[in-house]
Amino acid sequence: MTTSTTRRRGLARFVPAVAAALGLSLVLAACGGSDDEGGSGDGGNGDLSVTFLPKNLGNPYFDASSTGGEAAVEEFGGTFKEVGPSEATPDSQVSYINTLTQQGTGAIAISANDPKAIGDALQEARDAGTKVVTFDSDTDPEFRDLFVSQADAKGIAGKQVELIAKAIGDKGKIAILSASANATNQNEWIRLMEEELKANHPNIELVETVYGDDDDQTSFDKTAALLQKHSDLKGIVSPTTVGIAAAARYLSDSQYKGKVALTGLGTPDQMREYVKNGTVGSFALWSPEDLGYLTAFASKALIEGDIEGKEGDTFKAGKLGDYTVGADGVVVLGEPLEFNKDNIDDFNF
Amino acid sequence: MTSLIHPSDSATEKLTRTYRDHQRPLWQRALLNRDVAVWAALVAVFLYASATVPFFDRPITITYLLLDVAPILLIALPMTLVIITGEIDLSVASTVALASVSFGVLYDKGTPILLAAVAALLVGLVCGALNGFLVTALGLPSLAVTIGTLALYRGIAVGLLGTTAITDFPDTWTDWARGRIGDSDIPSIMIPFAVLAVLFIVLLHFTAFGRGVYAIGLNEGAARFSGIRVERTKLLLFVLTGVVSALAGIYYTLRYGSARGDNANGMEMQVIAAVLLGGVSIFGGRGALPGVIAGVLLIGAIGSALRLADQTADVINIVTGLLLVVAVVGSSVLGWVSSKRRRRGAPEPRSSTTPPGTPTPGTTKADTDVPVGEREREDR
Repeated sequence: MTTSTTRRRGLARFVPAVAAALGLSLVLAACGGSDDEGGSGDGGNGDLSVTFLPKNLGNPYFDASSTGGEAAVEEFGGTFKEVGPSEATPDSQVSYINTLTQQGTGAIAISANDPKAIGDALQEARDAGTKVVTFDSDTDPEFRDLFVSQADAKGIAGKQVELIAKAIGDKGKIAILSASANATNQNEWIRLMEEELKANHPNIELVETVYGDDDDQTSFDKTAALLQKHSDLKGIVSPTTVGIAAAARYLSDSQYKGKVALTGLGTPDQMREYVKNGTVGSFALWSPEDLGYLTAFASKALIEGDIEGKEGDTFKAGKLGDYTVGADGVVVLGEPLEFNKDNIDDFNF
Repeated sequence: MTSLIHPSDSATEKLTRTYRDHQRPLWQRALLNRDVAVWAALVAVFLYASATVPFFDRPITITYLLLDVAPILLIALPMTLVIITGEIDLSVASTVALASVSFGVLYDKGTPILLAAVAALLVGLVCGALNGFLVTALGLPSLAVTIGTLALYRGIAVGLLGTTAITDFPDTWTDWARGRIGDSDIPSIMIPFAVLAVLFIVLLHFTAFGRGVYAIGLNEGAARFSGIRVERTKLLLFVLTGVVSALAGIYYTLRYGSARGDNANGMEMQVIAAVLLGGVSIFGGRGALPGVIAGVLLIGAIGSALRLADQTADVINIVTGLLLVVAVVGSSVLGWVSSKRRRRGAPEPRSSTTPPGTPTPGTTKADTDVPVGEREREDR
């Protein structure tokens, strides 16, 4: 009797792990199953398969760029895919790049979370024959074939300074609500904004730069803290879509609505409500859909060997027309657009 | 009433006197345990994914997998010991970041790279020692202490470098961190890991110190009275965790070629999840290193397979989370079921000792009474 009970007990102990393994297999089967039809299509042939790898998923800005990318890929008859990490940490994209290298995708269109950390993985992808196009946020130039830039940094910084100067009458204290402290783009723009302010707007004083980490709640809290700390603040510039939306949400429910100006880079969909209720006068952005669209066409041109990413190479980008590769393999989309209550309803992204 | 309980008591005493874990034959003890179960799950996932997920069966998968989980593998070793003593260290990822930043800053300031690496290890040692001091000397709960130092170390790391990253490390070092052993598919980092794994397995499973680690987790008071130096053991384990985390931080920095304050954000949860999945009890006293190593690889393999199957990060998190819940809940449910079965099984030897012709009302009374006495016994 004793032996039979203990044997049962011994087996019972083994059961949970076996159950776990079986359960997992089922989950994998379910996930794998749904993938099989799509996976076999885009994985192997590699011809015109373009995979978008944004900084993180669930970010409206990158949703828009991927929409544009998908439209372009459909237009030229390739296969589109979007993968990405849930958090925009420096290393989080590496495992996705590795996965794409294994799958042999035709081109990776990536917005880099870190200019260096993903370099080695990208290099391995290129060694395996995959083309690498960065968009929105670049890596060090040696790690990619092409960088599709939303606009040159100087233009973006200048536009935001122009908008805030207009909003506060070119005089008074302003603050900047940025993304994460390490964000490549934002830091470059902030540096250029500081230069522009010093050179052409001596009466505007930049009192503080705070970082909302591209997180809605953090940005919201940082806005509240800014307004408490600087009671005579005239305006806030937020060069990130998450930041400006959170700041606008705070301002529109507070006593500062209409008194403290807010501008920066935002998407029309997120900002429509605040432009219409008077919290925000105007803000700027390039079209992320066009950015994704151009990136997809640049990827196609690279895969087909029309261009190599050298200065002076030219390629056609569907409805956007012809583009020429500039120095360091950079393609510039164009000037940022200004959105205000007169034109905001013309845009949907 | 009392006369009815007594015979059953003496009967169960005979049953419980044997040391439960040694009741079963050796082959059962060797094969039917959690470690083997986790390894079996790992093999199952590998076989299944190789058969169904495109590109998973390539050798490069293993290379990438091991590169990705290497820091987690390293930190899981000392973390296992810490959790077995019934403590926890949530500050490991922040220690990784602080070591990474210290390493980068020192190297950037012109310190020879070897010296910078040693200094980073010392930073890890100090981080671990501070945790250990607060837990053992001041008697604070490790959960609270390390939540505090999680924020503290991360804050210092981000503060030291601000918005910048240090990226220019010598190629010989970064190439080694990304390289493989000879022509094989195994990353070079697996050499130091293997050495550390052997050291930790010997320490935990084959020394008196390791026996003490289990004893502290099972019953700290009893361990203290039996002569185990509880505070010193715990302090040493926190220091070891700090040093190994710093080592992982140096590796992390070299592998990604970037020293940043937000490196390894959230890694503490991956480490702890893997340790628990590997069969270590969060309440301490139970678990083994081979299972933990399999647990880390299992989480890595699932992530790798799901990514290759084009699943999003959210799906990967959901699957890993579910697996962890199933593993933890499953084992405690099974523990409850088997203790219940033992309770049901217990009266049987008694029925052979009591005369067959017991009157009916007496039996029903005995049936309700015996499990109570039995339960008290099981709780010990």
